[in-house]
Amino acid sequence: NEQLAIPQLRQSSYRHETPPTNPSRRCLHLGYFGGKRLHKISWSAPKPSPLTRSAPMAKLAIFFTLTLSLLPFLSHSFSPDTPTDRRILVLLDDFSLKSSHSIFFTSLKSRGFDLDFKLADDPKLSLQRYGQYLYDGLILFAPSVERFGGALDVAAVLDFVDSGHDLIVAADTTASDLIKSVATECGVDFDEDPSAMVIDHQGYAVSDVDGDHTLIAADELIRSDVILGKTKIEAPVLFKGIAHSLNAANTLALKVLSGSPSAYSANPSAKLSSPPSLTGSAISLVSVVQARNNARIMISGSLDLFSNRYMKSSVQKAGSPSKYEKSGNEQFVTEVSKWLFHERGHLKAGNLRHLKVGETGEPAMYRIKDDLEFYVDIFEWSGNSWEPYVADDVQVQFYMMSPYVLKTLSTDKKGLYHTSFKVPDVYGVFQFKVEYQKLGYTSLSLSKQIPVRPFRHNEYERFIPTAFPYYGASFTTIFFFYLFVFFLVIKTRFAGALQMAGFFIFSVVYLYNNRMVGRPPFSIL
Amino acid sequence: MASPESAVNGPTMTAGAASKSLRNAFGGVIAFIILVLIGVLAFSIRLFSVIKYESVIHEFDPYFNYRVTQFLSKNGIYDFWNWFDDRTWYPLGRVIGGTVYPGLTLTAGTIWKVVNSLNIPLSVETVCVFTAPIFSAFASWAAYLLTKEVKGPGAGLTAAALLAMVPSYISRSVAGSYDNEAVAIFALVFTFYLYIKTLNTGSLFYATLNALAYFYMVCSWGGYTFIINLIPMHVLLCIVTGRYSSRLYIAYAPLVVLGTLLASLVPVVGFNAVLTSEHFASFLVFIIIHVVALAYYIKGILSPKMFKVAVTLVVSVGLAVCCAVIAILIAVVASSPTKGWSGRSLTLLDPTYASKYIPIIASVSEHQPPTWPSYFMDINVLAFLVPAGIIACFMPLTDSSSFVILYIVTSVYFSGVMVRLMLVLAPAACILSGIALSEAFNVLTRSIKFQLPGIAGNPSIASEENGSSTVVAPNDIPKTEEAAKEKPAKKNRKKEKENVEKKPTPSKTEKRLLVLPLEASVIAVLLLVLLGAFYVVHCVWAAAEAYSAPSIVLTSHSNDGGLHVFDDFREAYSWLSHNTDVDDKVASWWDYGYQTTAMANRTVLVDNNTWNNTHIATVGTAMSSPEKQAWEIFHSLDVKYVLVVFGGVVGYPSDDINKFLWMVRIGGGVFPHIKEPDYLRDGQYRIDAQATPTMLNCLMYKLSYFRFVETDGKGFDRVRRTEIGKKHFKLTHFEEVFTTHHWMVRIYKLKPQRNRIRGKTKKSKSSRSVSSKRDVRGKRNPWH
Repeated sequence: NEQLAIPQLRQSSYRHETPPTNPSRRCLHLGYFGGKRLHKISWSAPKPSPLTRSAPMAKLAIFFTLTLSLLPFLSHSFSPDTPTDRRILVLLDDFSLKSSHSIFFTSLKSRGFDLDFKLADDPKLSLQRYGQYLYDGLILFAPSVERFGGALDVAAVLDFVDSGHDLIVAADTTASDLIKSVATECGVDFDEDPSAMVIDHQGYAVSDVDGDHTLIAADELIRSDVILGKTKIEAPVLFKGIAHSLNAANTLALKVLSGSPSAYSANPSAKLSSPPSLTGSAISLVSVVQARNNARIMISGSLDLFSNRYMKSSVQKAGSPSKYEKSGNEQFVTEVSKWLFHERGHLKAGNLRHLKVGETGEPAMYRIKDDLEFYVDIFEWSGNSWEPYVADDVQVQFYMMSPYVLKTLSTDKKGLYHTSFKVPDVYGVFQFKVEYQKLGYTSLSLSKQIPVRPFRHNEYERFIPTAFPYYGASFTTIFFFYLFVFFLVIKTRFAGALQMAGFFIFSVVYLYNNRMVGRPPFSIL
Repeated sequence: MASPESAVNGPTMTAGAASKSLRNAFGGVIAFIILVLIGVLAFSIRLFSVIKYESVIHEFDPYFNYRVTQFLSKNGIYDFWNWFDDRTWYPLGRVIGGTVYPGLTLTAGTIWKVVNSLNIPLSVETVCVFTAPIFSAFASWAAYLLTKEVKGPGAGLTAAALLAMVPSYISRSVAGSYDNEAVAIFALVFTFYLYIKTLNTGSLFYATLNALAYFYMVCSWGGYTFIINLIPMHVLLCIVTGRYSSRLYIAYAPLVVLGTLLASLVPVVGFNAVLTSEHFASFLVFIIIHVVALAYYIKGILSPKMFKVAVTLVVSVGLAVCCAVIAILIAVVASSPTKGWSGRSLTLLDPTYASKYIPIIASVSEHQPPTWPSYFMDINVLAFLVPAGIIACFMPLTDSSSFVILYIVTSVYFSGVMVRLMLVLAPAACILSGIALSEAFNVLTRSIKFQLPGIAGNPSIASEENGSSTVVAPNDIPKTEEAAKEKPAKKNRKKEKENVEKKPTPSKTEKRLLVLPLEASVIAVLLLVLLGAFYVVHCVWAAAEAYSAPSIVLTSHSNDGGLHVFDDFREAYSWLSHNTDVDDKVASWWDYGYQTTAMANRTVLVDNNTWNNTHIATVGTAMSSPEKQAWEIFHSLDVKYVLVVFGGVVGYPSDDINKFLWMVRIGGGVFPHIKEPDYLRDGQYRIDAQATPTMLNCLMYKLSYFRFVETDGKGFDRVRRTEIGKKHFKLTHFEEVFTTHHWMVRIYKLKPQRNRIRGKTKKSKSSRSVSSKRDVRGKRNPWH
């Protein structure tokens, strides 16, 4: 159901502020060989110089302009409407990794990604040109690189992430300070001991030939269908590399693959002199980070995890009777990369709207105790189209410094969420807030301001039943005052009768007026 | 507003007696012309601000009134009544219609509507700017009426002329000073006039008008409680001194009944008119006057002997009743929502109350007690004339003159409590000085007149008596006044008139006149004229130099005589209105709330209507907290921008650093983790190198002095006259977005939350801080 989804997503936290039809960006992406040239043309095309204003040249210019304006619709890249990454830069220590990790790369290519392999110290390395990013994702398979080539440095990588792009970092025992500092900036702390590896004397893989128990058959996976896919990963994941830990206060980072309780991080070739700093489940083997702008980062302590060798090898965890023909690596890596490149778990919400029950159109202000209905659309990106997101835990807050109303929204399974409630008996400037943070999904944070006013002067109850004695008292007073005047002051009978008649007429009119609620009967102001 | 007509007709109507009719008619015309001129004077002396600066709304509160008036003129009275304003006190909002005194707004709105319906296309702003001068003309006319009722038209004209240019009143009513007081002083004086008029005539018509004038006063200003306490005091005084009369009853009882009913119709007063202690005095006196009236009635119908028996009976019963009533009153006071007195009223009774318990009241500059020079500045020579006026009021002491004495005594007390209430003193001082001057001129000119050979023809010259004072016994003026008064007197007043008004008659027939030596009289007249001239010079100077600054535009004279204009406030507000989103919230100290909503049209957290102490304390706490905590407080309130006023560059003394201790106090009053001693070094407030770390790390310090050292290289603060303590620092949670030309207003934006949460290793810190430094450097330096 596309129609509901597209309009006005201004409030939702989208990764890209770039409007979907940005010609220069689309042109640049068109294959790496022709990008530069096409780009030049795109500069000259809209503004032909007076010298070339002959007919054929003009036609040519029109042709180019048309082509260029059409190109964006033919190309694929990341955008709020199609949030899956398309162009990925892979930085390698050396090109042999291209073949040794080909299964992983092939799976990416088969899913439609354009991979651009470069050496990490390539002097022409650059992530952006003319302020536009050339890539949507970055894979750092260069654990030992001390300095990136070209214009790339840690800050550039982090700016790349901060502008909403995705990142995979794989380290191993040779991990350089550069790679570690990238990880640290993302909230992942690698073990500071450069020679330490993850050792597990109980959870190692038995196929391991050398006996230092550094090849681990890890099966402590995060329980999240959205990150790891619906199919359960049966076989353990082979891991050989360094440990890292997450700060407990870091709400953005998640351990996807964590060490078993018996794992620890130490130098396998040296004797352990002091207790290891990282032990047990505090060790994370593979972590993912979802930044506040929903850029996704995967950090693995092992580059071999992605290798063909590990993917193909059979695995048996020590002490476990079941032996698997194939390790879980391929499934694990594929599923995590699907999540990472926004093929799964990417939500968009928008079209936040509300209306008073029985009315159409959005009011600018509510009154206390009004009944209102609230709607919001939430869709999930399936990799090639927006599908309705179905969940029973989306809530809306009616918020002024604290939530006054907290309601769970019900969905029609077509992406539309709805609820209705009564405005609380408090006036002020409220907000409709949808704060949806679910493990693995993009966090949704929408709000819309709406003031709530008190009753108008003529919206109060006209007659309060409990006050009838007082009404009676006041009218009796008026009545007896007139009697008093009649007997004491007014001497002639005629004048008195007139006065009495006037009083009764007055009372009747007054009472009649009061019936017509909605208009003040005798307002002095 | 009915004053011009009555003022015009007043003197002409009194011309009654046939023998003096021509002279009185002539005097009436002269008086009328003088009154018109006084009105013109009152209006035009207040235009200095427009001439010297421009036709703008001044200061803080007038901006709110202006905004409300705009709303009223656009949306009509019912929407105004029900206006819920969502742009102030975010996120609480404010019900403007129910919390504002509508008198001023309705007045200006009505003027605007009338003028526009006459096809005179004035803008709302123009009407608002000129409302105060117009009403000060009305006020001087009302002062004429009041003084005329007390001491005759001569004193009235003098008082009106004095009031037209008294500096104290000018300070609140220059063109552009569109505040409640501008119309309230007129309403106050006019209400007093109608009360005296009713007291003198005993007419129910004037009593009703009095209640309506009181209603207008209630609509206009919270100072109406002064009326509703002063009049009962006067009534009580009259009763105690044995001056009870049916005129007193007519002047008082309808005012209390009708006045209270009408006052409770004003939304902001509502049930306060019967619930709060400020009004209880009037009810108590209301009961007393009825008891007294009953006693007089019974005394009239009983024989003296029977009356004595009745008195003993009543006194015994009455004591019991009194005890019961007092018990009830105490119960009512104890159960009333504010436990009796509201904070501001308690401040009046106990001047130290506010500074002890309510920092938010004590922090307002106009709530401070005045200094002696400010008396001389604000009422000038009137301070010396007032005692003479008081003496004149005692000769003879009438109901009306005793009221004026009571008025001056109470207002002198109140003005000593709060500098703002100097404004209530000013009319009283003018009236009494008017009486004093007029009496003095009377004596002196008559002395001259009797001794000049050509004119001396009056046979009724009595022997010369060497009085010790220059003040005289009753003369012609009160006599004609009483004659005029007796004319409309009703038959029922005939018998009780003996009580009061026949007392001065023996002295009247005696016709004692004091005649001073001719030379002394001439010199005294000249000296008095000179005194008046000094007063005029002072008033014009005060109007032109001291009280015409609009305070949103500042000027200074450079050494070579050039004029330098500081228009930073409007620069900042217009930056806000052009560069921020409509729904963005701006946090600042509450002083700038009204201006921000009116000029920048942005939502503010707190404003000058300080109704919610907690909310103000929240902002105060944020300003006194370190950056991170402040960011969290502001972020939780959806604040996008923070505005601070900083005078260190140009030496503007009323900036936020100088107000900062109040923020600490008010914040600490609600959030005890903010402690005032943390910001003081040995009890001294300082911002130099000796300042406490808490002070140097609080948000207000950082926002004020961020990049300040770049201006002169040393960071020398020209207000505090010292070098600042911490010169080079970076902001982590805020970024500077705008600083005005003279650095007087600085606007910061809250940085968004970090995109990532860093790990704990600090190794790669340098690479990030480089980029953040680059951001700061990239900003335009507004100083250069």
